[in-house]
Parts: sequence; C-alpha cells; structure tokens
Amino acid sequence: MDLRVAITGHVDHGKSTLIGRLLYDTGSLADGKAEEILASSERRGLAVEWSFAVDAAQEERDQAITIETTRVWLHYGGRRIVIIDTPGHREFIKNMMSGAADADVGILVIDALEGIADQTYRHAYLLRLLDVPEIVVAVNKIDAVPDAQARFAQISRDIRAVLETAGKPLRAIVPLSARDGDNVVTRSERTAWYTGPTLIDVLASLHPAAPLADRALRFDVADVYRFNDDERISVGNVLAGTLAPGDRVRIAPSGATTRVRAIKRWPEDPSPALAGQAVGLTFDDPVFIDRGDVVTHADRPALVATSSFDGVFFWLSATPPRVGETLPLKIGRAEVAVTIAGIDETIDLGILDKVAPDESSRHTAFALRLRASRSVATEVGARCVLLRNGEVVAGGKLSRVEAASQRADNLVLQGHLISSESRAQRNGYRGLVAWMTGLPGSGKSTIAMAVERELFARGYFVYVLDGDNVRAGLNRDLGFTRAARQENIRRVGEVAALFADAGAIVIAGTISPHAADRDAARAAARGAFHEIYVRASVATCESRDVKGHYAKARAGTLPDFTGVSAPYEEPENPDLLVDTNASSVEDSVARVVEYLIRHAAKGALLTVPA
Amino acid sequence: MDSLDRLEAETITILREAYRASSKPCMLWSIGKDSTALLWMARKAFLGRVPFPMVLLETYMELPEVYAFRDELIEKWQLDYFAQICPPESEVDQTLPPATRAAARKTEGLRTMLREQKFDAVMVGIRRDEQAMRAKERVFSPRRIDGTWDVKEQPPEFWGYYTTSVPDGAHLRVHPLLSWTELDIWEYTLRENIPYVPLYLARDGKRYRSLGEKNITVPIDSNADTIEAVIEELRATRVPERAGRTMDNESEASFERLRAGGYM
Repeated sequence: MDLRVAITGHVDHGKSTLIGRLLYDTGSLADGKAEEILASSERRGLAVEWSFAVDAAQEERDQAITIETTRVWLHYGGRRIVIIDTPGHREFIKNMMSGAADADVGILVIDALEGIADQTYRHAYLLRLLDVPEIVVAVNKIDAVPDAQARFAQISRDIRAVLETAGKPLRAIVPLSARDGDNVVTRSERTAWYTGPTLIDVLASLHPAAPLADRALRFDVADVYRFNDDERISVGNVLAGTLAPGDRVRIAPSGATTRVRAIKRWPEDPSPALAGQAVGLTFDDPVFIDRGDVVTHADRPALVATSSFDGVFFWLSATPPRVGETLPLKIGRAEVAVTIAGIDETIDLGILDKVAPDESSRHTAFALRLRASRSVATEVGARCVLLRNGEVVAGGKLSRVEAASQRADNLVLQGHLISSESRAQRNGYRGLVAWMTGLPGSGKSTIAMAVERELFARGYFVYVLDGDNVRAGLNRDLGFTRAARQENIRRVGEVAALFADAGAIVIAGTISPHAADRDAARAAARGAFHEIYVRASVATCESRDVKGHYAKARAGTLPDFTGVSAPYEEPENPDLLVDTNASSVEDSVARVVEYLIRHAAKGALLTVPA
Repeated sequence: MDSLDRLEAETITILREAYRASSKPCMLWSIGKDSTALLWMARKAFLGRVPFPMVLLETYMELPEVYAFRDELIEKWQLDYFAQICPPESEVDQTLPPATRAAARKTEGLRTMLREQKFDAVMVGIRRDEQAMRAKERVFSPRRIDGTWDVKEQPPEFWGYYTTSVPDGAHLRVHPLLSWTELDIWEYTLRENIPYVPLYLARDGKRYRSLGEKNITVPIDSNADTIEAVIEELRATRVPERAGRTMDNESEASFERLRAGGYM
C-alpha cells in the first residue's frame, strides 16, 4: 500500500525544497518538470527553486511560500510514496491539518540555523493530535552551520524534549541539506560524523498501519437506504473488526440488539465485512437505526451512550470558545449540539511568537467540558470537530466520557423511564431554573421567598435554593476563595438543574458575581435557565445592609466582599431585569411571578393525559 | 486490503456523504476513464443504482467514439442522463489563450446549469496527480454563487469531516477521486472490468492518453493495445498525462485562472 508522508515544520525551514529534491533525486519528476522549474525560477531571478515542484499557485511562487497543501507521488525501490506538502506559515495552520491528517508518517523539518521555532512546536503538537503514527525529524540546511555535528546534537536534544512532551516516539533524526541533496537520497561526504540512514532509507523502512481487523467491531452508520421494497439497508464503514451474517450485534446509543441478516454490496458479495470496508447491512429485527449510530458485537462491552464528555480541542478560529456557548459537534457520523459547560485548561502553544490580543484563541488548545443535547455512542480518544456557521472551528479528541447519568434525555433512551416531556405533560408546566443574581442586599432572598410563596399558593411545585442555606449543608466544605466560590456556584447550578429536570420551578438566589460561573449554570440547565438580575446600586444595598455585612466590609473585617472589595460583573443580557432601586418588593415579586408562569407554560402541553 | 481497496472505500464513503448532505446532487460525466470509474463506484455506493443524474457538459466537440460509448452505457446501465449545452467560444473571456477558451465554455455551461437547475452538489472526477492546481483541492469544496474557487480560503478538512453546508444558491463541489492516480484508475478499471472508450488503446501506433475535445487533444505515440499494456506503459513513463492537452501548456497561470473561475 502507498505510504502517505506529510512534510511539516516552520515556515522557510525548507519543506517544499525538500520535496522538490526528493522528487528530483528519485527520478520522480515528470519529463519537462525540471526544465519548467528552472525556467520559472529564472523568470523570478532565483537560483534553482525546487519548491516550485509543489508550489504551483502564482502567489505561492511570487511570495516563495506554500499556502495550500498538495500531494505528489514519488517512486522509490519499487514502491510509491505519496508526499503531502503542508504550509508552515501560522496563517495556514488549517491547511497543514487538512494535509497531514491522514498521513502515515510526519516529517518535521527544522532549520539547523534557526532551530526549533513556533510552528515546529505547533506542528509537533498537531501531529500528535492528528494521530500521525510515525514522526521523523529532518534537520535541514546542515551545510550552512559552522559546527554542524554539535548543532545537530543540540537540536536533536531539543526536539526530543519537545516530542517527549507531546508523547510521541521519534523514528529518526536525519541531518540533511535539501537544496544540495545531502542525506536526502544520497549519503553525504560532508557529514561524515553521521552514521544513521538517509531520509529515503527511513521512509523505505516504514509501512502504513494495517486496518484494525483484530480489534473489537466498530461499524459507523452513515445512512439508511430504502431504495426498493421495504428493505432498509444501513450503509457505513467498518472502522475496526470483522462483521459476518448471523452475528449478534448491539446498536448504540439505543442499546437495541439484533442479528445481522446480510452484508450488502454491489455486485453481490456476501462475504464478511472487514475493517476498512464500506458496506451495507440488513438486520433480522425491524430495529430503529440512523446515521450516527454505532454497531458493535452484542457479546462485547457496549459503547458508552453519553451526553457529557470532556475533550482537548485545537482552536482554528479567532473567536475563542465561551462557556455557555452551544455549537454543533460532529463525532463519528453523528452531529449533536453541545454546550460548553466549562473550560478546564488553555494550552498555549505559541511559545515564541507575538499573538495579537484579538487573535489569542487561534491555534491554542482548550480542554473543554461539553454537554450534548442528546446521547451519542462514543469512547475516549474519539475524534470530533466543532462548527460555527457550518465551518469547522476546532478539532479535538475526547479525554473523558461520562456514562449516561440520570439526565432526562438519557433516561428516555432506556425506554422505560420518564422524559421531561412526560413530566411537563402531567404537571401542566415545565420545570425551570430562575437564577437570581445581584449584589448583597439587592433583595434576592426577599423576592425569592415571596415568589416561592406565591407560586406555591397557585399550585406550582416550587423551591428556593438559597445561597446561604446551601452553604450550610451541601456546600459546608467550601470556603470563600475564588475556586471555592466557583465550586459553590457550580453545585448550586447542578442541583438547580436536577430540580428543574424533576419538574420543579427552582429559584436559585446567589450573588454569583462572575458571568462565567452564571454561564456554567446556564449550560447545566440547558434550555431551562432564566437569568434574573436583581439590580440595586451599592449605595442602596449598603443603606439596607440587612445582614450588617457592608459595615464589616467597610471596616475591613470581611474581606473580598462583592460590591465593596470584590467586583460584580453585571449581566449583559439578563432574561429579566428587576430594579429594586425604583420598584417596591410587591411589584418586583409580581413581575417575577408573571414571568415564571409564562415561561413555565411555554411549550408545555397543558392537557393532562387520561 | 490493498491500495485499490483503500481508495475504493474512501470514494464510496465520500459519495455517500455527498448524497446524504445534498438535496439535489448530480455527477459530471465526461465519459472518460476517470468519471466512468467514478460512475462505477457510485453504483457500488448505492447498491446498483445511481440515484442522481449524470451530466455531460456538451460542446459537440467530443470524438465520435466517445458519443457512441456514452449511448451504449446509458442504455446498458439505465442511467438518468442529460447534456448541458455549453455556449459558443465567442461568448467566453477572449483574454484567455485559445485552447483555454474551449475549457472556459464548459465553465460557462456548468454555471448556466447550476443557475437553472439549482443543483446543490456537483460530483466531479478530478484527481490530484493530473495537474498541480487540482492537487490543492479539498474533497468537499464549497463554492460561491458564481461557482468561483479561492485557493487561499479553503475550509479545513480532516478526519473525514467535510464541509457539507453552503449558503442558499451556492453549491458544493465534491471530488471523490482526488487521491487516485492515473495508474490507479487503469488498474481498477482492469480489476473491475469497467467499460472504457476504445480510443484509450493504441491503433496504428497511436492512442489517446487523455480525452478532451477533438480540436484540443492529440493522441500519443504508443503500442499499448490492451489495458495491461497501458498499465505497463504508465509504470515506465515520465511524460505527464495531460501533455496532449493544449490548454494546460499555454502559460504557467492559465490553468489556475480557469480553476479560479470555476472550471473542474
């Protein structure tokens, strides 16, 4: 099988030149191509520019950079090697990923003069993220450094340190000159101190990884065809394992089991479906199956059906991920809306370059916690992409998947429990989270308690989760550091979401001064979250000072007190604004009650089933 | 699995993704070896049927053997086929070199078809090894309303996650054969016993290696009168496939200009 080799590395370290040289020295250039390169180089006043073998676009030649990834075929030792050129400029990282993603080998080119540069780091990281199986380092322009042997040893140490961090074994490090051809295909006299293989020898020793035939079955359903009769054929790809007629299988995420009736191909061929093949399946039972489902053998551990998972994502957009933001996620053949519930880590890969502040998210990796709108069948290590406006903005891999919990949408999939829809139908209204935020003394607790009494009187299942009350029990292990406050809010948000899921109207009253924490609570409750901003000026609150906290804060005995010595981030677009500077408690309560009844009823089916 | 199995599975997967993503797809069929092999794989992907129309961008300049082959296959494989008539050469950009203008006719024909019939996905059997600008293509290439291509602004594409949405009125170009080479196509044609236009085989010391319009394509010197002999010839040659296509060789940038304008 052809070996696919991606050439990566920092801009101007000589990737395209190396490819031109490989083609020329292995006799793989088409007739007339060498002459065309010479002519085109001369037109631009250049010495021989081997990179023109791949940089075909006029702008690429004029600016002497690679913009878009490309492929060329090299012939050596009776086999074919597909060379994938990738751009090294940071602007074109998305093109580097597009080119390198399906490579069997990644060659990381490093300029001996310049050493490890920014895109060397990024490309090393991306080769790992993309799961490129083998990495080879080419230390280029070795002819141009004074003490080549010492320089090579230095760079070898440096790059091993980087690639060890990136968790990848290194196949070989080759000192070479792409322009002159030293150690590319021909062993160089000028590097007598180097006794290892030439670059082409390294490539000749490598082979593509075989499809995963001996692993547990994974069949990704891409579509279901019903061309004639009533026969439904599930088409898709055998990603791993082998599948034969008669096999008992389980379909994830539904968990349904059945037996494979036939393997469908055209022209007809009933033989088992092997890893790597694209085939169709029919089943003995009329199971419901759709794009995004995954078929496994029934006697093997089932895939996790989950709506809650973490992953590390390489960000391609200048607009960073935002907690609370909902984006489409493509994972396998499934597409599902996910809400970013948290950003656990920002992994800055820009080691040396100066990044404009508005560009800070681009080409950075983020560890994200995600909540999906429905369950998907997946596993740790699954590759996925996030989209905005139909465009891929990030690629990543799952680092943790949480088995289906008691979330209503997962329970629906079990088939024998109650959906939030059924609860809404029987109660006559939908559970929701009314999240009251505001300064200490703004009136949150007063309003919350009055609203609770009013709704209870009207027959609603309603409960106030008061910040202080929760701290006395569930959260009594938490103090008042930034992290502890964040955890406090997270727990209130999660508990509120469970209440709402159970059908309650839950009123959560906490200061929750940070927008990010409120967004996390919004994500936890998914569509059922309503932010109510109880607004009052610091002066008004201080004049009320029901709990005597402002006085203590002013005296300096209560540190980090919101409004006095700690900031409060006002909600930018609250779902409801209640201004207690101006309106009475009664008016505020009436507005909140009216708002909650209206939104609890929204979309709920008001008929009670018989 | 060998290389051909891997390529075939990739192509079938791409065809199914395109069919799933599109509400009105079509496939361009130049009736040459590549798009006919692609048509064969469409039959595999959809289990014996081709659930979309096959379109010839008709310039009335194909060789007679090409038309005869077309008629035979439409009948034999029961294809949903139509010809999109391209405008005359006098209506295309006169600043293009003469042979390039012939290709520009097809671009215009394609634009007219997209405008009138509102296909939202067009499957095209181009390959990366044919031409350096084609080598820079994506498998799923979203095109603007006017069909133009901006090589510098292509969406990321990795792990088989393709860009499958386009704004209203725009369309997707889908390229299921990008990873194939000329040699792969012939080896696959032989293995699968796919029919082909007989002009590809040598007669009287000449054969067509690439089939374009009759006024801009010339046969090459060859004695390869079977597919096996063609494969042997290709393994040995270093002459590029499209050397017999006048338009590719007029100026360094002419093919890039064509492609930017929406040519296949």
